[in-house]
Amino acid sequence: MSREVRGGPTDQHNQARGEPYRGDAEGGEGAPVENIQTLALDAWHRSKGGRMVPFAGYHMPVQYEGIMAEHLWTRRNAGLFDVSHMGQLLVHGRDADAALETLLPGELKMLPDMKLRYSLLLDESGGIIDDLMATRRGDDFYVVVNGATKFGDIEVLQDKLPRDVIVDYMKEQALLALQGPRAVEALEKLAPGVSELGFMQGGLFHIAGQPAWISRSGYTGEDGFEISVPAAAVAAVADALTADEAVRPIGLGARDSLRLEAGLPLYGHDIDRGTTPVMAGLSFAINKRRRAEGGFAGAMRILAELENGAPQRRVGFEIDGRQPVREGARVLDGEGNEVGRTTSGGFSPSLQRPIAMGYVASHLAEVGTPLKLEQRSKLFEARVAALPFVPHRYHRKGAAA
Amino acid sequence: MSLYFTREHEWIRVEGDVATVGISDHAQTALGDIVFAEVPEAGKTLAKGQEAAVVESIKAASDIYAPVGGEVVEGNDALSNDPELINRDPEGEGWFFKLRLDNPGDVDGLMDEASYREWVQTL
Repeated sequence: MSREVRGGPTDQHNQARGEPYRGDAEGGEGAPVENIQTLALDAWHRSKGGRMVPFAGYHMPVQYEGIMAEHLWTRRNAGLFDVSHMGQLLVHGRDADAALETLLPGELKMLPDMKLRYSLLLDESGGIIDDLMATRRGDDFYVVVNGATKFGDIEVLQDKLPRDVIVDYMKEQALLALQGPRAVEALEKLAPGVSELGFMQGGLFHIAGQPAWISRSGYTGEDGFEISVPAAAVAAVADALTADEAVRPIGLGARDSLRLEAGLPLYGHDIDRGTTPVMAGLSFAINKRRRAEGGFAGAMRILAELENGAPQRRVGFEIDGRQPVREGARVLDGEGNEVGRTTSGGFSPSLQRPIAMGYVASHLAEVGTPLKLEQRSKLFEARVAALPFVPHRYHRKGAAA
Repeated sequence: MSLYFTREHEWIRVEGDVATVGISDHAQTALGDIVFAEVPEAGKTLAKGQEAAVVESIKAASDIYAPVGGEVVEGNDALSNDPELINRDPEGEGWFFKLRLDNPGDVDGLMDEASYREWVQTL
């Protein structure tokens, strides 16, 4: 079962229990404009010059000073992103780890306390319902899912998990991401100790006098943190962070170009129910034990694809010239046959050239394979490129600095 | 010399029978960082309302339609290597193309500069 709760992941005991979750027609993608919700930071974004657009059911800042400048600022300094539209869930109850493992192909039973993993919510045929981050907190799991899919995810979890596993939707919790090479220096001043966290590790801290659940994670390819705080406190936290000269607010536009350069898939574009983890190149999220034991939704198909390969693969494309090739372009082989489609694409601010991602028939997925992309009746010369386009700079403990 | 604007945020500067066409400051601000522009080559004939140029910002692609008809006498070659010129100087160095007007009457009914600036304020 699932409930909406007023507490957050920083509450150590007795999560406040609200009304059981009843579904929410508002706030999903495609919601009527009058139903678009405002974020707790709405006025804050507008005061910083944020240009607001509807996204995932919320009015969200697409940019402040400009996507190019914001993107490059994040790669060189630290960018603050409001990702409060994302769904923050707490999954708890009897054997929550084993229960979640029936839906996610990732390692949860052996996941150490306070560590997080990227994982996928799968349907019975191995299609991806959503991608997510799951953190073990004792016997419970703090799960962050995409904003546009959160209500559907909750329904799936409610439907598929045993009755004695509870899904709390922490609707009054805001989420910030601080990303970039100077994120650690800026956050350490406000939340001493965060610099000790390794990549994909979290903990309870205090920031601007508020309890905050902070993990060393993010979706830009940079070192950085995600910070969960009560919505009532998020403006004070955002003010404290942006008081540092290294930190600037960054909009959705740069968030998209940053994750594209980092080769990270965007749900609803690069991955969806028509793709599997193997097709999407996300097999790293299925560890040795889960491959041996199976026992997750869609396991039969996914284990077969791990063994024999998937018919299509997600790849990167580097494109000649300067013109961006965006989502939906046809991918053609040397004979002009359609062998796939692009699922994301744009101009890379870091590389100053167009880049894209998409799916191709697996025999054409090798790096360097020449292909053509067709967009609005125009052909573009392209080659399969290694992902990520821009190297990740995560803070992995034990790795050489 | 006369300066006209369209509701599609193009400007047309007419000198004799040659019209220079570009996009307004308002348009470049709305588009954001421009990363690509494709302009017509000299000799191409454009009918009024025909697709004439492409401008792409980091966010989106936009078509520019010929606000007046005629034969292109020059495309702005500087834009291919430096499309950001449109952001920096949209109503000057960031022009798109020049054409010889087929029909000087094409500009009738377009906004003059004062009307355009006033109208943009209401958007």
